[in-house]
Amino acid sequence: MPQTIVNLAYLLASALFILGLKGLSHPRTAVRGNLLGAVGMLIAVLVTALDRRIVSYEMILLGLVVGSAAGALLALKIHMTAMPQMVALLNGFGGAASALVAGAALHEAQGAPAALTGQFTVATVASGLIGAVTFWGSLVAFAKLQALITENAVVFRGRHLVSGLVLAAALGFGVRLVLAPDQTATYWIVVAAGSVLGVLLTIPIGGADMPVVISLLNSYSGLAAAATGFVLDNNMLIIAGSLVGASGIILTRIMCVAMNRSLTNVLFGGFGAQPVAAASADSVYAGKVKAASAEEVAMLLETARRVVIVPGYGMAVSQAQHAVQSLANLLKSRGTEVLYGIHPVAGRMPGHMNVLLAEADVPYEDLKEMDEINPLLKQTDVAIVIGANDVVNPLARTDPNSPIAGMPIIDVDQARTVVVIKRSLSPGFAGIPNPLFAAPNTLMLFADGKKAINEIIRSLQEAGVTA
Amino acid sequence: MENLIGAITVFVLAMFVGFEVIVKVPPTLHTPLMSGSNAISGITIVGALLAAGVGHTTLTTVLGLLAVIFATINVVGGFLVTHRMLEMFRRK
Repeated sequence: MPQTIVNLAYLLASALFILGLKGLSHPRTAVRGNLLGAVGMLIAVLVTALDRRIVSYEMILLGLVVGSAAGALLALKIHMTAMPQMVALLNGFGGAASALVAGAALHEAQGAPAALTGQFTVATVASGLIGAVTFWGSLVAFAKLQALITENAVVFRGRHLVSGLVLAAALGFGVRLVLAPDQTATYWIVVAAGSVLGVLLTIPIGGADMPVVISLLNSYSGLAAAATGFVLDNNMLIIAGSLVGASGIILTRIMCVAMNRSLTNVLFGGFGAQPVAAASADSVYAGKVKAASAEEVAMLLETARRVVIVPGYGMAVSQAQHAVQSLANLLKSRGTEVLYGIHPVAGRMPGHMNVLLAEADVPYEDLKEMDEINPLLKQTDVAIVIGANDVVNPLARTDPNSPIAGMPIIDVDQARTVVVIKRSLSPGFAGIPNPLFAAPNTLMLFADGKKAINEIIRSLQEAGVTA
Repeated sequence: MENLIGAITVFVLAMFVGFEVIVKVPPTLHTPLMSGSNAISGITIVGALLAAGVGHTTLTTVLGLLAVIFATINVVGGFLVTHRMLEMFRRK
């Protein structure tokens, strides 16, 4: 196929990627957007497969069959609650593929030294380094989210120095490869250093900071693809890669702003690893915490006109989303307004709560962002907090010395009554007590999230409320 | 050099397009955005196909094969899981 037609097809694919991402700006057009992206990818693959330089299709077919089977199996079998792990893993595979392609291109170019230009070698180093960081960083994130290793921040003294040295080594060998591109072994040293760096950068980051890490790795996987585009002199790769890079950067920023922390603080602060100096839990809670039963909560809900549900990671852990939706339906059937207040960093990745609630058939119109729900909370009869802690901690507003000072929160304390469903008074990720639990208008329902919601539903039904 | 400047131009402009388009994605769809954009970053499959099929040496073929496998998981898994999620948002 003449190169002109190939390039035009690549342009078409690039345009489809942009239109596809544009489609994601509304739930109604999102499915079509995703399909447009997939069509773009299909065009790119087909056109490339017809390239006349290809002499053998055996390996290509083998790779496509194995990869498609594994990918389809993963995508169809994965539970919605495990989506953060899935996204982490996919990010990693993208990064690995980019590093491998750059490596293959470097080895191939040894036969034609004229191809070893500065652009080629610099891009190869970038692709190998970013790709390796993405792959190993994603594997660590996956292991943490899957609870294969501890979810807490793992920190050790001198970790910044070690990471710095490894980065310097990676860059040093990178420069060496640019100066002596015939030494292909240097490339694999860069990849090895990048792998170590990926682990070192992800291991000190704790569970609730995962949304930032996953967004960042998402961005890296795109940048690695873009770097590979520079290696292969292929504009489509550069375009697609930078679109994804931009997307990851935006999400990373949104997550950091939602925690009022800088990216540096998230990545290098070792947040949640050290105990913080804060008022002791005893002085905050002693004698002030009121526990309630499911029946009491049901009675409150019976007379409520507006109920706001604020979910957190705990809802995902106890798989309570379906129970929550049943409760909401029951309340709605008798005219109560039920809304959901979603904090941007609730859960383990951007949009985590939204996906879980969508799985449980909650209409997306009922899911309100923090800025939308906060003004409504003053006129809310009951706010139900299920499995969230730091994102509803009023200390963020009142205590400038708190580790979460200045973090925007969902102001559930403004509601007439707050019901917090939680197993115990244990602190959230920030490691500080939450005065909300001891507030005069708060009732604690100590139980597993799913069980508690089901008990409330049963109490409502016993009281004659039926959907 | 001409080539490089051209490539950098494309890179910078595509970044701008990316920012403009993605800023408009609502928080509700942030997870599908991540998995969907991730599938797009599997575009590196194009380079993988060439590496696996051109077959200069056994080494490049093996690297190519591995890259095709990784990239295909990325592409197929990414688009499929995104579709699964988006269907849940649509059915209301």
